[in-house]
Amino acid sequence: MAYVAVKGGEAAIAESIKRLRYERLRERRTIAVKAIRSGLRALVDRVMSEASLYAKELAALAIKQAEGNPEEATFLLRAYRSTLPRKYYSRLTSMGSMFVERRISAAFKDIAGGQLLGASADYTHRLLDFNLEKETSANVRAWLAAFQREQEAEKPSVMPRVELPRVTDILRSEGLLRRMQQDDTAPRDITRQSMTFPAERSERLQTLTRGESGAVVALGYAAIRGYGLAAHPTVAALMVGRVAITIDYPLGACDSDDEALYLGQVRVTEVDAIIPAAKKGQGGKQEIEIRLGYGLCFGQNESKAIAMSVLDYCLEHPIPDSPVHDEEFVLTHIDSVEASGFISHLKLPHYVTFQSELDAARRINRGER
Amino acid sequence: MNKYNFAFFDEQSKREIRRALLKAVAIPGYQVPFASREMPIARGWGTGGLQVMLAIVGKKDVIKVIDQGSDDSVNAVSIRKFIQQMTGVLETAETSEASIVQSRHRVPEVPLTGEQILILQVPIPEPLRETEQSELRAKRLHAEKEYSGVWLSLFEQIMKYGCTATGADHPTMVHERYVMSPSPIPRYDNRRLNDCAALILFGAGREKKIYALPPYTKVESLAFVDRPFVSESMHGKICRLCGAEGVFLDESVQAAGAGPFYECNDTGYCRQRQSSKSRLDRGEQSGD
Repeated sequence: MAYVAVKGGEAAIAESIKRLRYERLRERRTIAVKAIRSGLRALVDRVMSEASLYAKELAALAIKQAEGNPEEATFLLRAYRSTLPRKYYSRLTSMGSMFVERRISAAFKDIAGGQLLGASADYTHRLLDFNLEKETSANVRAWLAAFQREQEAEKPSVMPRVELPRVTDILRSEGLLRRMQQDDTAPRDITRQSMTFPAERSERLQTLTRGESGAVVALGYAAIRGYGLAAHPTVAALMVGRVAITIDYPLGACDSDDEALYLGQVRVTEVDAIIPAAKKGQGGKQEIEIRLGYGLCFGQNESKAIAMSVLDYCLEHPIPDSPVHDEEFVLTHIDSVEASGFISHLKLPHYVTFQSELDAARRINRGER
Repeated sequence: MNKYNFAFFDEQSKREIRRALLKAVAIPGYQVPFASREMPIARGWGTGGLQVMLAIVGKKDVIKVIDQGSDDSVNAVSIRKFIQQMTGVLETAETSEASIVQSRHRVPEVPLTGEQILILQVPIPEPLRETEQSELRAKRLHAEKEYSGVWLSLFEQIMKYGCTATGADHPTMVHERYVMSPSPIPRYDNRRLNDCAALILFGAGREKKIYALPPYTKVESLAFVDRPFVSESMHGKICRLCGAEGVFLDESVQAAGAGPFYECNDTGYCRQRQSSKSRLDRGEQSGD
């Protein structure tokens, strides 16, 4: 028996893919993966965060292939991630050990350890810089040399290594922020086991951190604007920095970090947001308690991390009938691959399902039973 | 392509899906959650069906992939090509030659046998979603076999329109226990799920659910005694290519005034009928 060869759509698809390639190349210039990695840092960070895969080189490649479309680049990385076995889980990473590059607190004018502005567009005026049109490598080299001289002149010969105190610890010592029980429950891995509702906090945090930036920001915004908590959270601390990732020695758990295997470091954005809420004190007296919302994501994604902290708070403290406090509403709609996938599937042919609907409409309109 | 594993996934991932499949077969119509990997095709484009396919396909399998009844549809081509690239298995457009058929929203016209597996792609696996948005509450309703919501929505349609107004995806009762979405197959296909000789697997990638109908499972379309279930009307319509009657036909519109024409929706079935017809016309003996 001969197997029937399938033809038809195949040729059209091949031509469409060819056309896509042509659109990327038609200007006769292509962008190097290296250039994307160094020059499109914010996009690389965003894509790594949404793909939940910390790999700058691969993210840059995905961005190149996707012609800069973050939705498509995230999709490529996630699909690649599916082919990789999960071999290890990292050891706990203490955020206190972060190599801090930026740390600001909106809660206090001054904080122990100081406000470190780091690199941020927050303090720029958003005026198009037309000089960048003519940026040459000679310009760049000269600017860098001057920058380095300036740094060396100001740098102390030995940088003291200090652990910055956490702003939330200050509030805790005053009893304003509740001291929480250490929770060492092993997190559920949402990439290995699908999330079920009610979700555990670990599942919520994983889903939020890989959420699509725009979606997370939009829902976080809705929450503080009035569709939900309607309180103004205060950023106790926003930190951008690098943390080391270690795993247990494969032949057995380690007792200390010194015995663990060091894999490398990841840059993250971390946010502690504090939100005042009413609580019943002793004897039924109304008191104000300060509660915490937590945001953490790969790369420097500050709006996303702040919005995540708001949503983490919202989901920890549900309010009936508020969509942003409803974990099913938030967690099932913020994933880039899922949302864009289902929206884009509307482009697929639906003539069978449509005809079935048409049949029902005609039958009813003819008055048949 | 040898940079990728056989059937794309690592073995752990396949095992996880197979476990969900076994559970699904053991509890017909029950939606089993599974992790659902991201695939190289978009979520909503058949990733559930594709993951089920990749978890069960073996080197000797012959696969057929159809989308809305057609082997040539771009999405069917794309999925088939991907499976083929990742496994090297043979492909076919003839239902009877395939050991695994992956389909979006149709059950092939040629009756399936006990040697075959049908995989249906599912967009919304939860038949209660229309009346109950919450996963948690819907799960509870299934556990308690509390299906008043679905019955009421059918009843409301009868009150409003005089008959049920469902298009594709008319809810079914599986083995007198679970209400199940048959996936958006036309109502015509609902009865063909009942007592089917083949194993039928349903995969919903975005919603991360797998469910199944083992061979010869009782599948009833929900209906009232005095308002029986009605399939799409194919009465008096004939395929203009092969002359088939009583099968699911696609309606195509022509210029105004010319009236619609009909062709078999199942292109593989239609092609097979056309070629055996032309053989008969030429006076050749049919193969069997």
